[in-house]
Amino acid sequence: MYQYDSFDQAMLDARIDEFSDQISRRLSGELTEEQFKPLRLMNGIYLQLHAYMLRIAIPYGTLNAAKLRGLAHVARTYDKGYGHFTTRTNMQMHWLKLEQAPDALRALAKVGLHTIQTSGNCIRNTTADQFAGAAADEVCDPRVWGEVIRQWSTFHPEYSFLPRKFKIAISAAPSDRAAVQWHDVGLYILKNEAGELGFRVMAGGGMGRTPLIAKTVREWLPQQHLLSYLEALLRVYNRYGRRDNAFKARIKILVHEIGIEKFQEEVEAEWQEVLKTFEDIDPREVERIARFFAPPPFETLPETDEAYEAALASDPEFARWVEQNVHAHKAPGYAIATISLKATGETPGDISADQMDAVADIAERYSFDDVRVTHEQNIVLPHVKKADLYTVYQQLKALNLATPNLGLVSDIIACPGLDYCSLANTRAIPVAMDIQKRFADIERQRDIGELKIKISGCINACGHHHAGHIGILGVDRRGEENFQITLGGSGAEDASTGKIIGPGFDYDGVVNAVETIVETYRSIREPGERFLDTYRRVGIQPFKEAVYGQN
Amino acid sequence: MPQVMTAYDVPTGDVVYWAGNGWTRDVREAAVFDDPATAEAVAVRDAAAQIVMDYYPIDVELKDGKPWPTRYREVVRASGPSVRLDLGKQAEL
Repeated sequence: MYQYDSFDQAMLDARIDEFSDQISRRLSGELTEEQFKPLRLMNGIYLQLHAYMLRIAIPYGTLNAAKLRGLAHVARTYDKGYGHFTTRTNMQMHWLKLEQAPDALRALAKVGLHTIQTSGNCIRNTTADQFAGAAADEVCDPRVWGEVIRQWSTFHPEYSFLPRKFKIAISAAPSDRAAVQWHDVGLYILKNEAGELGFRVMAGGGMGRTPLIAKTVREWLPQQHLLSYLEALLRVYNRYGRRDNAFKARIKILVHEIGIEKFQEEVEAEWQEVLKTFEDIDPREVERIARFFAPPPFETLPETDEAYEAALASDPEFARWVEQNVHAHKAPGYAIATISLKATGETPGDISADQMDAVADIAERYSFDDVRVTHEQNIVLPHVKKADLYTVYQQLKALNLATPNLGLVSDIIACPGLDYCSLANTRAIPVAMDIQKRFADIERQRDIGELKIKISGCINACGHHHAGHIGILGVDRRGEENFQITLGGSGAEDASTGKIIGPGFDYDGVVNAVETIVETYRSIREPGERFLDTYRRVGIQPFKEAVYGQN
Repeated sequence: MPQVMTAYDVPTGDVVYWAGNGWTRDVREAAVFDDPATAEAVAVRDAAAQIVMDYYPIDVELKDGKPWPTRYREVVRASGPSVRLDLGKQAEL
């Protein structure tokens, strides 16, 4: 994990001192809310439905035990004893008191955490594949470049007041686990035939009221030019992005309106200009950063372990958890274990302070002090010895953290919705909970197979409903909650936008409609087909007829 | 429809309601408008004094003579998250 040096720490401390002074001036009445709002937002403090909310950055979704314990401490001391992981792999705490914010920020800074780049029209926290450094299918650890981007973009004066917020995601594996194509800039790290690494640069993806999938700006960019190319791309956006209408200000609208060819032309021309003065990152600096992400000292182990195999054979619940939540690791004898934060009856993405502390202990002991956050609101122990998996599972089970539902119908993304968010039109979490209850039978879930349901409580689409195999969008229809269902979205490497099935449903009707859709899939699927495969084969009509009738 | 004035308390961010002689956290203690202009004037005054922020009127109905929001969003603000009954005002009131 990247370690901040004394300069970083001094900068962080100075920033908190400055913000503490601004808070004092706000509390004394010297600053109005109008004056204070941009200052608090730049420090990750929003005003939400019930109170102030603190959004804490988790760069490229990487935590360690100390940081997790720091989050637990802040949750316990300055909030209500829990935190909420978001689809941007950040953590939100929904009950902050402004007068306690400086102490909370200082406690976070002690463990190298902060709220920088979690708000405002700047380049936000870069997200990455949660299996980075562990995945059997990656060409390199994408977090190295995530950190390079972080250092380049943090407080970048030219990009602090962009037309709108700007989100970057990065992956170095053919399986896209980071919804790369749904970002303002999506980066895939590839290896060419000569063994060199480079980027496929995509731009113009985004959700919200205008869902658009990113288009390729450049098929191959040698890795050493990443920053100069991003510099050029951001300049084009900064110059031509609309500032007259917030709904049309994201880069996706610019790319869509001028077309990808014109956008490419502009970026390439600008890049040639940038290269005249911009010094791309020194490979030695990349190597310095890469050392922080060096693989942990894996033992040389056989592919599997006798006791592990025996546990698989004797404990069917463990076997089920392994089958669903454990993925192949690049090092023999190790595995990647995902901790589902989607237990039935719990808010998707929520984790209590006690659970954070306990996971920190487990990570320290069994996963080389490494924990990841996923954009699907789960967490990951990336490096667990297969020989330790049963012990880890048992400890997680005791914490209600061993739900074997990864990628299944109950592994739902849900935004905070009307239960917490001041922008929401409808509830999202209760809809997720009701769907989980309806499909509580884990064997039924396993028979249904991979099915990603994503729920947003308003058009801003924080719950990624456009990318859901089944997406649910809550809208306000004349004062009543109404839920539109979309089918066929994907956030993976085969990204696609869901299509609206038909008229929306009231709160009581939406779960029934989801069940009808799922049962229709079960009745018409061919062997080996996931829900998404069946949908792509047959289209929306059979589902429409099942939900609304033939007429 | 009867209304009450709601806002957020600046130091804590708590949801508050004008009670006629100060701000309360309990919507049932809120003063129902006799005169919208007076309620607005109070909110403007206390927002200018940086005591509260983001004020606006909400519709209420009277239950046992006490105001209770009619819109679901305001019920959640007055109570707490529907998915965590142990949190928010519903846990305290």
